Amino acid sequence: MIAHAVVFYIFSLIAIVSAIMVTVSRNTVHSVFFLILDFISISCLFIMIGAEFLGMIMLIVYVGAVAVLFLFVVMMLNVAQQKNEWFVASDSSSHIPIGLLVSLVIFSELLIVIGGWKYKAELQDSININLNLNLTNTQSLGSVIYTDYVHLFQLSGMVLLVAMIGAIVLTFRKRSGVKTQSYLRQISRERNEGVELIDVETKKGVKIDA
Amino acid sequence: MPEYASILFSEVLKILMLLVPVLVSVAMIVWLDRRVWAFVQKRRGPNVVGPFGLLQSLADALKYIFKEIIIPASSNKVIFILAPIITMTLALISWAVIPFSEDFVLADINVGILYLFAVSSLGVYGIIMGGWASNSKYPFLGAIRSAAQMVSYEVSIGIIIINVLLCVGSLNLSDIVKAQESIWYIIPLFPMFVIFFISALAETNRPPFDLPEAEAELVAGYQTEYSGMMYAMFWLGEYANILLMCALGSILFLGGWLSPINIFPFNVIPSPMWLILKILLLFILFALVKAIVPRYRYDQLMRLGWKVFLPLSLTWVVLTAGYLMYFDLLPGN
Repeated sequence: MIAHAVVFYIFSLIAIVSAIMVTVSRNTVHSVFFLILDFISISCLFIMIGAEFLGMIMLIVYVGAVAVLFLFVVMMLNVAQQKNEWFVASDSSSHIPIGLLVSLVIFSELLIVIGGWKYKAELQDSININLNLNLTNTQSLGSVIYTDYVHLFQLSGMVLLVAMIGAIVLTFRKRSGVKTQSYLRQISRERNEGVELIDVETKKGVKIDA
Repeated sequence: MPEYASILFSEVLKILMLLVPVLVSVAMIVWLDRRVWAFVQKRRGPNVVGPFGLLQSLADALKYIFKEIIIPASSNKVIFILAPIITMTLALISWAVIPFSEDFVLADINVGILYLFAVSSLGVYGIIMGGWASNSKYPFLGAIRSAAQMVSYEVSIGIIIINVLLCVGSLNLSDIVKAQESIWYIIPLFPMFVIFFISALAETNRPPFDLPEAEAELVAGYQTEYSGMMYAMFWLGEYANILLMCALGSILFLGGWLSPINIFPFNVIPSPMWLILKILLLFILFALVKAIVPRYRYDQLMRLGWKVFLPLSLTWVVLTAGYLMYFDLLPGN
């Protein structure tokens, strides 16, 4: 039990410290790396409370996919130049009230969530899911998601799909004059389309219409 | 406290018993790779150091250890040093869940296959970090290429794994092997095996998909600025990942530790031996592909991943699920 507690405190310490470092560190790329460390330690905490499926999915989705995209975007930015514009420019003080407002909203949301924590027992009673404790949590999660909550599950899938297609539609533009390879055209081309035999008269040459 | 110490000691011993053979076989596999490559091209390959050149990798490793580690002045030093360490560590920790026989597995966890998938999706960080921290153009381009490539092919590998999981009904690797006692999944899911093999080539940055280190365009890709032991760690991690992909392929499709037929001369051979033989078979295929196939162009690589493999494997998921549902073969019923 002691070992369990020690490991728990180590992971939560790493999670909290790296969460602080995300906001504190000056280099944006370092921030993303601390965010990744935060995700990893949170998923370790998930595994420690026995939710191994959630922990692994968290690793695969957030660390393996989402954070890679974050990193892509951040690495493309010119960090030094951006730093100058944000922190050194004369109007940098205008960001502070907005930042304070956002953090106030998040703080009050957290208060509400933590305040609601003491109704946890009643909340659990009001949810009528029958959990079979003999199953692994992958199986029990599946048996709940795909039966009682199948519509919500499908709906959230649709929301993600719409967001994905929306992003593609917004950024897609048809450009003219771009040479792309069409495999179908390449393969279906025949000899008489590509090659033409011309009798060239001496000292006259031939005119090729391009 | 002594009981904690004894638990710790026995666990560390178990881990060493697994890791030392893995590291030795990584060194041997590099030799095998070069030999196969040489034989296809009618060369001799490394044959000087030791019998048949078996100690060549050892000699190479010694050379790497005694070379100076050069850290570029303009690099981001912490991340530069972390990158090979992460690559190597991630390549080694995934071996914890590989079952070598029914009771010979370090960690027999419920979500073994998800663990493997998660760890292999983390593998991309070693490369991105190395490429970015080098603060140089070729490594950065190589890292970006590699990250895009690995993320793309992971999608198709994930969907192929779903195909197998539909037939097994469990995420545990030992259960996946046990489910193949009647028939290996390579027979009903043969197209998926082919796609898995090609995706594994792309995922481990092997030729013909070695765009991240395409020497004609990018010098050595993300490894350009690395030297000495740090380069060797990238290289060890890469080969450990290749071996891991071969192990995953043999567990998912070739029946893991099971012998092909359960009759006298075959079932005497211990089960870890079968897994090792299957890994070797897949690895020789990897090495042959390296020798005989020219490198892909980058847009063709992306097209293959997203426009060919992804729809094909998704369709196959629907087919497998429909088949299992119609004939009432779904596991767990």
